[in-house]
Amino acid sequence: MTDLKDALAGTLESGDILVQISPATEPGVQIDLQSTVAFQFGDQIKRVISETLNELGIDRAIVRATDKGALDCTIRARVTAAAVRASGKDVWKD
Amino acid sequence: MSNIKERMQDIKVAAQKMGKAVYEDRQSPKHITPRQEYQKECSKVTTLEEAILKSGLRDGMTISFHHHFRGGDKVVNMVVEKLAAMGFKNLHLASSSLQDVHTPLIEHIRNGVITKISTSGLRGDLANEISHGLMEEPVIFRSHGGRGSAIATGDLHIDVAFLAASSCDPLGNACGYSRSEEPKSICGSLGYALPDAQYADKVVIITDDLVPYPNTPNSISERNVDFVVEVPSVGDSSKIASGAIRDTKNPRDILLAKQAAKVIINSGYFRNGFSIQTGSGGASLAAVKYIREEMLAQNIKASFALGGITAHMVKLHEEGLIERLIDVQSFDKVAAESLKNNPMHKEVSANEYASADEPGSATHYLDIVILSALEVDENFNVNVLVGSDGIIRGAIGGHPDTAADSALSIIVCPLLRGRIPCVVENVTTLITPGSTVDVVVTEYGIAVNPRRPEIAERLQKAGLNIVDIHALKNKAESIIGHAAPLPFGNKVVGVVMNRDGSVMDVIKNIEA
Repeated sequence: MTDLKDALAGTLESGDILVQISPATEPGVQIDLQSTVAFQFGDQIKRVISETLNELGIDRAIVRATDKGALDCTIRARVTAAAVRASGKDVWKD
Repeated sequence: MSNIKERMQDIKVAAQKMGKAVYEDRQSPKHITPRQEYQKECSKVTTLEEAILKSGLRDGMTISFHHHFRGGDKVVNMVVEKLAAMGFKNLHLASSSLQDVHTPLIEHIRNGVITKISTSGLRGDLANEISHGLMEEPVIFRSHGGRGSAIATGDLHIDVAFLAASSCDPLGNACGYSRSEEPKSICGSLGYALPDAQYADKVVIITDDLVPYPNTPNSISERNVDFVVEVPSVGDSSKIASGAIRDTKNPRDILLAKQAAKVIINSGYFRNGFSIQTGSGGASLAAVKYIREEMLAQNIKASFALGGITAHMVKLHEEGLIERLIDVQSFDKVAAESLKNNPMHKEVSANEYASADEPGSATHYLDIVILSALEVDENFNVNVLVGSDGIIRGAIGGHPDTAADSALSIIVCPLLRGRIPCVVENVTTLITPGSTVDVVVTEYGIAVNPRRPEIAERLQKAGLNIVDIHALKNKAESIIGHAAPLPFGNKVVGVVMNRDGSVMDVIKNIEA
């Protein structure tokens, strides 16, 4: 897989999520999630983030996500955008 | 023929029969000071510390406050800080509500100055700490009408009330506004403070404008006041609300408002002489705009608007569309000024407004109320107090009072707020029982309580999108997924009282 650089996507607006992706030295995807709905949806949000990265072929990364109650579709979009910026691989064009 | 000397024997007999003394002329000297100076010597005027000492306040007693300055209140923090400095402990703080600005209470709770709280609501850091178990005793939550009832029946006995007023004369006649040329503050109605003024053992008025007697027309009467304390400022009026009418630009709020207005117009209660109350949320304020258009079109006038009065309602009144305003709480400066200047804009106490015990309370004569909600459940139960994260973040207000007493209660809320569903299987905390809720308006359709089939029929005939409440809950779940249960602990941090004085629900501490 391609080397990652630091990249981010999203905002801190209500209903959005700010996703920061950084290169990792250890294998695996490490997710650090801050969420206003962590109690009820934390696991679901982490699952959506890892699934989205997995589909994009990213299996080694540190993700810092600050969630303000985003829906799954928004989370997927922001994670994808951050991943494209981090990997330089434009999944929409390719 | 008889003179008083000759009648003396009869006077003595009469007095003896009545168990009374016989009058003696003690010739006490008259006060001859001109009265404008004499009133300044009134023994009621004193410092806060003296007022506290003279009130007889002791550890373990109940003190009370009102929240008419909302986020701009300065009196709760000022008084509790003084009580802490004087060494008081174990006090019960019974405010009509508490706001973000009351964060300093956290330290006073930790230090044992305050060990019990009764209120309508809690917000901010204080609410967060209490939700996590800050206090040993649970907070007692009551609606505004419920608090008025509890004070009147003695369920909530107040030893000393500390009531902020924007003007007061040396004898204790107090108002939520001032007729001075440059008043320092204004909060309008003192409705939530009136039960305290009437029933508390001792009443201390705290004012930032000590005006000459007589401060009439007055809201609180001198006969209920024991002490008057002048301070530089009782509250920041700009934090009540700016007073400017700002129409919401949020398209979802506008959609909800239009739907709510259609519900009202087609409900069967929209007729000449109807009465209405609205909350202060964006959607319900916007709904007033659409109702106004229809009132003009159909030449319908309302007899009164009730509750928290806003600039919107004042405008409709001034246009002649609403005959009278009945104001328990002025939500903005425009409403507060109107209360001061307009005799048709009447101030009412919490009891006259919404007490379940008083057959004449205004809510009983309310046709329509528009209310908001944090959550509504499949049984139409409503929660306006505890967030979906289990943390207290709101206030009961007059929600259950108006829902129960009105002819038609309408809840307006979006289906989702971000990822938080507003239509759920079970509300986190029961505040307003579903048996009192008639219609729920969301952007995905309107649910009508099966107890009101005639309303459903009228709305359906008008072409509105009537849906089953279960369908709304399922729709929400299909978008956001299934929420994991909240990590509640085993400690009861709050008790929710019904307006009839019974215990309706408890709030557990949240762990995490």
